[in-house]
Amino acid sequence: MVATPATRARRRQAWRYLLPMLAVLAAVAGWPLARTLWFALTDARLDTTGGYHLVGLDNFAYLAADRDWWIAVRNTLVFTAASVLLETLLGLVIALTLNARMRGRGLLRAAMLIPWAIPTVVSAQMWGWMLHDQFGVINALLLATGLIAEPQAWTADPNLALGAVIAVDVWKTTPFMALLLLAALQMLPPQLYEAGRVDGLGPLGAFRHITLPLIRPALMVAVIFRSLDAMRVFDLMYVLTGNSRASASMSIYAREQLIDFQDLGYGSAAATGLFTAVAAVTALLIIAGRVRLAAAPDRAA
Amino acid sequence: MAAPPSLRPIARRIRRLAGRLLFALLVAAIVTYTVFPFYWAIVASLKSGNELFSASLLPADPGWENYRAIFRDRPFARSILNSLLVATATVAVSLALAAAAAFALGRITFRGRGALLLAILAVSMFPQIAILAGLFELIRALGLYNNLLALVFSHLTFTLPFAVWVLTGFMREMPTALEEAAMIDGATPFVVLTRIFLPLLAPALVTTGLLTFIVSWNEFLFALTFTLTDDKRTVPVAIALITGASRFELPWGQIMAASVTVTLPLIALVLVFQRRIIAGLAAGAVKG
Repeated sequence: MVATPATRARRRQAWRYLLPMLAVLAAVAGWPLARTLWFALTDARLDTTGGYHLVGLDNFAYLAADRDWWIAVRNTLVFTAASVLLETLLGLVIALTLNARMRGRGLLRAAMLIPWAIPTVVSAQMWGWMLHDQFGVINALLLATGLIAEPQAWTADPNLALGAVIAVDVWKTTPFMALLLLAALQMLPPQLYEAGRVDGLGPLGAFRHITLPLIRPALMVAVIFRSLDAMRVFDLMYVLTGNSRASASMSIYAREQLIDFQDLGYGSAAATGLFTAVAAVTALLIIAGRVRLAAAPDRAA
Repeated sequence: MAAPPSLRPIARRIRRLAGRLLFALLVAAIVTYTVFPFYWAIVASLKSGNELFSASLLPADPGWENYRAIFRDRPFARSILNSLLVATATVAVSLALAAAAAFALGRITFRGRGALLLAILAVSMFPQIAILAGLFELIRALGLYNNLLALVFSHLTFTLPFAVWVLTGFMREMPTALEEAAMIDGATPFVVLTRIFLPLLAPALVTTGLLTFIVSWNEFLFALTFTLTDDKRTVPVAIALITGASRFELPWGQIMAASVTVTLPLIALVLVFQRRIIAGLAAGAVKG
């Protein structure tokens, strides 16, 4: 394309409209991120305003030697893998159900939005009460049906805490997954299914050969966003299980070092670790799913 | 042995009935799973005294004591006001900056546009903890620690890229003919944006504003870290930090009352705007 003076002037205009947003973003996100990366190389503390020294990669060496950090890494990965997998499967079942024509579908769809809309803190507290070891309704229900012999301390027992956190996350985010998949399902042309029926495809065959391939791009985008979101999980654990080692995520670990222990340098190194992990997983998922994220706005509803 | 011909229609009807029953059960299971925790929170918030500790499905003697307590004994009204102020200011700043940026990103082709969009998306996805240290330093240097402005400032880190991303999607769908006609009549890009696109995009702005509002209203990590005193807390932090006489005696009735209080307006918003919200989420395909 040959640039005429008019289009060149227009391109200059583009940057004028972008500049305020870019400047604010650089100030609130770019600069703090750079400072965090810098602090990770120092022995800076939050409580002393005085000077600090460059310590090279010492913080990262300590991090690599800390068992608690690796537990947090494992917790984060288990949490992400388990909750995203469960949300996707459950979300798919719900989306397929809601895709059927029935009365009250609109109301049902609205009901699905509510868990998504409420603060994570609220859902954590609601489930914290349901999972209460002495007075929780979950224990009462499981005891009454004979599934457990004695009340369980769902959020305090180190063997159960991570599972409890995953269950609450699945409850909170499955509806969101279901709605995204439902939007994709409703764009599928019905003629395809008629053609499939003519060719003798049963409901399962139609799902495997028509539905799944066609909603794959939407599914991949949803999985990527959910995975990145799950990796930075903080609120759920903070409210449900506090700083308990058994379920602490990388965000919990980093904040504890940074704020509770005032160790700015070491906490920044932990935060940098999470940042790197998120970047690596993003790259991996994009390559694995071969998704062109840049194309997403073109599909805007 | 095959059924006699006269019985076949009945067998088919039974099978269809069974299928419909199964489907109804599935729908009922989905609704129960989604709604029961809210129901249980409402029930708990209306129970008082020792009744809270029985697993009865209905409060025997429903009362408003828990609701009165959170507004009388705690600064919960103040927390709601704080959250409203922070979320409203965040939405206003995000929309103003994002509308201009989306105009450039959605209507003008320039080199590096795709990469820029991806970079903006990446900012909205990176973990908040990664900027916590740098933001803390910046906020203290600006003298904004324990100040609601610190929250507006920090919430922009994720609401702004989100708003840009969603609005760019909507901006791209505007017909080119309008813009060309206005340009031929000598309208400047600024006039095109403010007089033509923004009025047409009003529904999209409402959607984006609503989503941004919810995300800011729900934010926890920054609100917890950058405020110190009870009178500066936002709703999520206030609800997370409700404590009783001892660590082992949480006032669950009050926690549930506070949870229900902030959830009801959200339910109303969601019911009114559900179509818009779903369209916006599909356009943004962003976090839950």
